Formats: sequence, structure tokens, C-alpha cells
Amino acid sequence: MRNNGPISLFFSTLVIVFMLAPLVIVCLVAFTPDNTMTIPTSKFSVRWFEAVFRHSDLMTSFWNSLRLGLFSATIATAISIPAGLALTRYEFKARGWLNGMFLSPLIIPHLVLGVAMLRMFSLIDARGSFTWLVLAHVVIIVPYSLRLIIAASVGMDRSCEHAALSLGASRMTVFRRITVPMLLPGITGGWLLAFISSFDEVTMSIFVTAPSTVTLPVRMYMYATESIDPLMAAASALTVAFTAVVMLLIDRLYGLDKVLVGGK
Amino acid sequence: MIKPRSVPWFLCAPALVLFVVMVLVPLFLTVILSFHVFDHNTGIKNELTLAHYIEVLSDSYYFEIFWRTIWISALTTLLCLLIGAPQAYILSRMRSPWKSILLLIIIAPLLVSVVVRAFGWSILLGPSGLVSLFADFLGIKLSRILYTEKAVVIALVHIMMPFMVIPIWTSLQKLDPSVQDAALSLSATPFTTFRRIVLPQILPGMLSGSLIVFGLSASSFAIPGLLGGRKLKMVATVVYDEYLYALNWPLGATIAIILLIANLAIMLSYNRVIERKYRRALG
Repeated sequence: MRNNGPISLFFSTLVIVFMLAPLVIVCLVAFTPDNTMTIPTSKFSVRWFEAVFRHSDLMTSFWNSLRLGLFSATIATAISIPAGLALTRYEFKARGWLNGMFLSPLIIPHLVLGVAMLRMFSLIDARGSFTWLVLAHVVIIVPYSLRLIIAASVGMDRSCEHAALSLGASRMTVFRRITVPMLLPGITGGWLLAFISSFDEVTMSIFVTAPSTVTLPVRMYMYATESIDPLMAAASALTVAFTAVVMLLIDRLYGLDKVLVGGK
Repeated sequence: MIKPRSVPWFLCAPALVLFVVMVLVPLFLTVILSFHVFDHNTGIKNELTLAHYIEVLSDSYYFEIFWRTIWISALTTLLCLLIGAPQAYILSRMRSPWKSILLLIIIAPLLVSVVVRAFGWSILLGPSGLVSLFADFLGIKLSRILYTEKAVVIALVHIMMPFMVIPIWTSLQKLDPSVQDAALSLSATPFTTFRRIVLPQILPGMLSGSLIVFGLSASSFAIPGLLGGRKLKMVATVVYDEYLYALNWPLGATIAIILLIANLAIMLSYNRVIERKYRRALG
């Protein structure tokens, strides 16, 4: 009985095509030899990829995004580890409240966060500051790293820690040699998920970036509102390829389905 | 030495400081900003007023934008539900390697930048895009899609689909297949089995998926910005315009705060309803 009929399979195929269509099309159009958005049929060309690498604005914003992602994901992970351990190992009154606050960027629209931070940045004259931009990104990616660290911490067998403690290891040694290694899949998975979330973020960034700190998605957004040409397609295809590499890493280190769907 | 009771506070301190400085303070400043007087010549003034709230809540221009945002989000939610729920159900009945591969194909686009996906749709839906070529081939005359509500809804459904499929999939995983077999062996039809056994159990997943999709659609920025063109405005793109073109920050802040309150109200009331329902069911 638990077999899908032909109608179900046809429906399912259509949904898959729908989900893949926009990604496949940008990758195809990126190889066009023409100046218009055509799908190459006989001749393929990499001229638009070369154009991306020669486009100084796009390249600058790519490096901005990369640096921003590396810094913010690392800081987010560093503060999520102690917070995740506190939230899973201690019973204290404010626990639910703190948990809700740290996950709140998932419910507060990024637009609202962007508007709010823009106001603060303009009051303290922090627009264009890379450091403040990193902190803004840390806030919106903490939920991702925190959730994976919490999941890893809940699923962890603590008897190893107790064994090490009873054998005379110091608390610091236990943390360094037992706790962190056992949480490592959650930490690395969370770091990668946080990194890619920062790398993709556009709605908040468009408010808080200045011309000198513009990120790649923001640059691409601005570019796409003005013109649609194969240069954008090539930049998009490169972004898709970059994301695919990160996805493969997540899958190897933690399991992509676990990161995206959660649970076991 | 730290007291044992303050250990969790000590561990949470870095994150707590960050969230107070980067979330609570800016939100508070924005609420204050939304009450400030704005003068088109001199900018933000140091006087307080309710004028922006009155303007947003009474002007038909803003009413139209809020109304459009609500119906586009509602339609997106409905379509995601009608496509996502059967899809999750079909996938859950597939054999092992296919099951996870196809699930990943549906939810992995989540990690690709929204700008890239929106750009993909603008190629597909453009006047010489694949969709209109395909329609020509079938002999159907399509009216313009790009830069209309249709394009925004199509792209939003694509962006939001993973948020609908994930919670439904999660609740499907908890389903015990032997209950369905029992219903069937007691000579229930497959349809009855679905309606009386499967559906009630995945309903919470469908509800939470719908809520996430509605909330995210209502505050979506890049999709209406790229696929709606200059005329078709949604709440998020209007806020952007107020900030960057009109430079009327207090008015933009007002709209943003209203959006935030609406979003939080929907999310929190939903949580209440679900909790109450389950307490009743379990207790």
C-alpha cells in the first residue's frame, strides 16, 4: 500500500523541476556567448565568468562577504558554545527567556533589524564600520550556530566528563579534551550554517552596509534592479557553486539533512 | 571563585551583552524614532508626535500596500500548503535513497542566496524567458508575468517551500506506519485512512509551516524588490523607499514597527493556541 501511484510521482517530479528551475537556468545562461540572456545551444563561452573576475566592484564585495562571513561565523560560534552549554546543562529561571532572546532573530524580520541597527549606527556614527557590520551579522546567525550546539549538547553522553573528572582532570582539561571534541560536529556544522547564512544575507545588510562595506548579495541586488545581463547570471552561477561546496562540507561534517531538517 | 548560581549567567554573558546592544537597544531607538516629528526641509526634529502612526493607519496608499502584502502572503501560504503537504507525504512514502535525495533537492535551495533565486525567476518569467516560450509552444497566450503580482507569488512560493516542507516532514517522521496498516486492515479506504489517521497527525506541522511562511512572506524584501518592479510595492520595499529615497526615517520606522508587532502577534498567538490544544489532548 505504501507505494506512490503515477499521479503522485508526476506531481512530485513537477515540484522538483519547479524547485530546481531558477538555479539551473542561471547556470545555463552564465555560459552564453551572447550579450543577451539566452540559453546557449551550440556554443558555450566562459567570457561572462572572466568578466565577473575583472569586475572590480563585484570582486571587492565578494571579498567583503567572505571576510564578513568568516569573522561573524567564528564570533557567533565562540559565544554560542558557552551559551548553548548554559542553556542545556543548568536549570535557572531566565533560561526560557534567554533562549527565546537568542533565537529571536528568526522571528524578528531582518528588515526590522536592519532598520533598527541603521538608526543606532547613524547615532553612534558607525556606518561604514566593518566591526559593527560583523556584530550585526553575528546577531542574525547566532540562532543557527546555537541551535546545532544545543542539539549536540543535549545528545551528548556526559559520563566521559565525569570519568575524566574522577580521574583528576581539571575542569579546563575536561572542557578542552572531552567536551569540545564531543561537541565538534555540532560546532563545525553550526559554523558552516552560520557562515553561509551571513554570506547570503541581503535584507538587513542593505540597510547597514556603506559603499565601502557592500556585500556580494547587496551588490548583486543593486545590480539586478538596474539591469539584467549575463554578467549577473555568471556571478549567480559562481555563488551557486560556492554554496554547493559549503553544502558538501556541511554534509561531510554533520549531515545536510540533520542541519536543515533537524532532529536525529 | 564564581558562585554556582551565577555560572549560567556568566556563560551567557557574551551573547546577552551582544543581544542587548545589537537588538534591544536598536529596537528601542527605532520605537522612539517612530514618534519623532519629521520635517521635509530640516529632517528629524526633537518633538514627539503620533502623526506617523495616524498617517500609516489612515492613508489609503499605505492601506493598499498592507492589503497587497497580506493577500500575497496568504496566497503564497495557501499554495505552499497545497504543494508542500502532498509533496512531503509522497516523499515520505518513497524508498530509502530517493527519499532523502529528493527531500534535499527541495530544501537545499534554502542555502542559496535569495537574490540568486529571484534573479533565476526573472530570467524564467521574462518576456522571452522559458515560461513564455513554453506557453507559446503549447499555444497558450500568456499575459505579462514579470513585474506583476504573479511573478512575486511564484518566486515567493519557491523561496518559502522548504519552510513548509520541513515541519510537515518532521511530523510525518513521527507517524507510526502500523497505525495506517491497522486502519487499512480494518477495511478503511486509503482516503479515509489519510483523512482520519495521517491528516490529524500532520496538522500541527502544516499549521506551523503556514505560519512561518506567512510571516516570512509578509516581511520579504528581495523578491518584491526584484520581481515586482518599481510600481508594485510591498511593506518591506516601502520601508526601504522611505529610508533611502524619501529619507523620512520616522515614517519608515513606524511601518517597520507595525510590521514587527503584527509578526510577533501572529507567532505568539499561534504558540498559545497550539499549547492549549495539546495540553487538552494530552491532559
